[in-house]
Amino acid sequence: MRVGVVAIVVMLLAIVGLPLWALLVKGFEDVDGRFVGLANYAAYFATPALFNSALNSFEVAVVTMVVVVPLAFLYAYALTRTVLPLRWLFQGISLVPIFAPSLLPGIALIYLFGTQGFFKGLVGGEIYGMKGIVIAQIFYCFPHAVLILTTALRTADARLYEAADALGASKLRVFLTVTLPGAKYGVVSAAMVVFTMVITDFGVAKVIGGNFNVLATDVYKQVIGQQNFSMGAVVGMVLLAPAALAFAVDRLVQRKQVALLTARAVPLVPKPKFARDALFTLFCITVSIGILTILGMAAWGSLIKYWPYNLSLTLANYDFEKFDSSGWDSFYNSVYMAAGAAVFGTVLTFVGAWLTERTKGFGAMRGLVQLLAFLPMAVPGLVLGLGYIFFFNASGNPFNFLYATMAILVINTVAHFYTVGHLTATTALKQIDPEFEAVSASLKVPVWRTFLRVTVPICLPAILDIAIYLFVNAMTTVSSVIFLYSPDTKLASVAALNIEEAGTTAAAAALCMVIVATSATVKALHLVADRFLFARLQRWRLR
Amino acid sequence: MDQALRRKVGAEKVTTGYLEVRNLTKRFGDFTALRDVSLDVGEGEFVCFLGPSGCGKTTLLRAIAGLEPQSSGTIRQKGTDVSSLPPSRRDFGIVFQSYALFPNLTVGDNVGYGLASRRKRRAEIAARVTELLALVGLPTEGAKYPAQLSGGQQQRVALARALATSPGLLLLDEPLSALDARVRLRLRHEIKALQRRLGVTTIMVTHDQEEALTMADRIVVMNHGAIEQVGTPQEIYRAPATAFVADFVGSMNFLDGTLEAPDRVRLGKIAVACSAQDGLAPGARVRVSIRPEDVRVRDLPADAPNRLGVTVADLDFVGAFCRASLDAGDVTLMADFSSNLIRDLGVVVGGRLDVALPPDRLRIFAA
Repeated sequence: MRVGVVAIVVMLLAIVGLPLWALLVKGFEDVDGRFVGLANYAAYFATPALFNSALNSFEVAVVTMVVVVPLAFLYAYALTRTVLPLRWLFQGISLVPIFAPSLLPGIALIYLFGTQGFFKGLVGGEIYGMKGIVIAQIFYCFPHAVLILTTALRTADARLYEAADALGASKLRVFLTVTLPGAKYGVVSAAMVVFTMVITDFGVAKVIGGNFNVLATDVYKQVIGQQNFSMGAVVGMVLLAPAALAFAVDRLVQRKQVALLTARAVPLVPKPKFARDALFTLFCITVSIGILTILGMAAWGSLIKYWPYNLSLTLANYDFEKFDSSGWDSFYNSVYMAAGAAVFGTVLTFVGAWLTERTKGFGAMRGLVQLLAFLPMAVPGLVLGLGYIFFFNASGNPFNFLYATMAILVINTVAHFYTVGHLTATTALKQIDPEFEAVSASLKVPVWRTFLRVTVPICLPAILDIAIYLFVNAMTTVSSVIFLYSPDTKLASVAALNIEEAGTTAAAAALCMVIVATSATVKALHLVADRFLFARLQRWRLR
Repeated sequence: MDQALRRKVGAEKVTTGYLEVRNLTKRFGDFTALRDVSLDVGEGEFVCFLGPSGCGKTTLLRAIAGLEPQSSGTIRQKGTDVSSLPPSRRDFGIVFQSYALFPNLTVGDNVGYGLASRRKRRAEIAARVTELLALVGLPTEGAKYPAQLSGGQQQRVALARALATSPGLLLLDEPLSALDARVRLRLRHEIKALQRRLGVTTIMVTHDQEEALTMADRIVVMNHGAIEQVGTPQEIYRAPATAFVADFVGSMNFLDGTLEAPDRVRLGKIAVACSAQDGLAPGARVRVSIRPEDVRVRDLPADAPNRLGVTVADLDFVGAFCRASLDAGDVTLMADFSSNLIRDLGVVVGGRLDVALPPDRLRIFAA
């Protein structure tokens, strides 16, 4: 098994560590590849246009964070601590944005508030720029914050509340002394995740940013527009800094959170209270309408003949051949890529986590796996994609042949989303008895056999979660793959971006809707399968 | 008598040396979990490793299994050096505290798990599984999943699975500690009876001294990674080799004093007679120990040695007997009095009483 751990380390170095190293090195070279020390960085900070983007990025991220976190907290509170009618529906609606590429909210906002938008009067002027980015980012980040906060608020011990009641604490005091401290770490975590998502996202700013430059669009412009790879690398490193910082804060805070919920805790079940429940239901309805309006606008926009002059419906916008040379192929490419990432990524993360979790001793190497597995979480997709160009395109690299193939897109996507899969697998593996391998050794059964016959079946729900997570993210991602596709392997999300850039918003919206429909369908199939098929396979869980 | 004889036979078997552990040391970084441990286990013997948590007993068991390879030292099993073999190439069956049953396989599949990979015929495996389930008293539970069984039943399944491949050595790592008291008591006897019937050499790790005393042919008492004493349960209880063993196994009074003569210890104003001590020089600081049940009260002759006048400071009712705290001026003693004795002698808190500490029951340890 130690050989396996070493193999995982080597693999992670190749798909995460070395590309980032290549990027770091590139930042210290001039256009011809000579070492120039900090000259590029000096040039960067001396160019106001570039440095301004960093400030812009920071501003947008902070504003979005300040709006999304309280909003998501109230929503999560409604889901976990009040008696909400149709809770499953509200929960489902809050997750909808996950299935969309980040340019979808940008496109919807253009329809709603753009120069020819329905409600352009409402926003008092230009939607392009900071205002548009923030609104789109709120839509885009909301589900992630809700997921984290729901988890944080769900783990509550009813006894703490009973104790507070028995001691005669007021409602506000209970909230401040019991509820908030319990969810504190979740709030920090949500804030950091939102901050990172906004700083590193590329799609929203690209579509609706207008002349408002942010770090992510700068990287794109430097590399694709000006072919200035060294400056691109520098902006990438600048982009990496806040993301890594936010990640470090989150990790630090998470470490302090040790088992708030002991095994003896009694789960809190909210009791009905009319006024509170009505208020929160109203709140959830409002937020849900907001989410559905954005999605619905994109859907409607994709079906309209000629906005805003001819509002009759048509499917012409779905005939992608007319708007982009790759036509529907980009969609098929996306599905192949997502399926590939789901299959290979799931196998890799699960086997990797199993090897690290179940190998005895060997601390240094296992520590290295943990570090490398966590790294992608802190690295923006654009930065990783850029690193891939430098690393895999280098003439001396034996894996050079991968460049501009479907394989590199799959590898890059797996690497980009490695952390969550690794964490999910590790959590699942930690819950099973640590002595299975010892038992099978004593019974002279090879360890791989126990892995296939016992470990995998027990972890099946987690394995499916990882696969679906990888599939959905591979369908919607734009950032890391934008540097890596070739004409033959163009993905739907990238094609949508290109189409939008060319000015055909309706077709871009149509392609976004195809992506949403695909990833949502896969998720729905997962839920159905979980409910009916796997219930039978998991019969042994029943008592 | 029968039991004592059997234990004696067990003790003699040691010479055959089924398992020989020599100078075993295990380090985890700076921490030494086992230091220079040597031990022989005879064929068919039931040996218990007893000690407080962190004493190295589980590490020793895992080293014997090959699950936690030793830093230095050798292990020979049936004459073969297995020191550097991986667990899969050693001959043992193991039951863990958690049982480690495969939750997604039925009881029958769990028991047959080790048989399936030995290319046996399906019918053959089925027959063996049935036989084993009958052996552990679960003949009808084969189709259930582990989660549907009680803790005690799961324990038996784990035992059946470990025995399925007929290993030469059975290792039990705290097999009873997850069970409630009543089930634990019953399983003690069942495991012991099964072991005797199959004659399989068995090593059990436990921190429960009562479990070790009732089940083992021989007990290995461990502390801080080293063996304190190896002996039959009677030897361990009656003649503890060290103060640690005396304290860990059963209840014990410890009285601090000074050795005045080879056979006399001074405890403040009192002097007590004891058997002659060879290893200790007069003037040495010593600890005198006596078990609470060895404090004599009834039928004391006038010239009984070590006779003390005491005040009953406290009486704790423990059920079958009472534990008394006795104040003898410079020393305080625990003594166990039966209910009969308390009634017959009219023992009450605050009352005066004469007791004796029989010299042959006193054990002297260097302080």
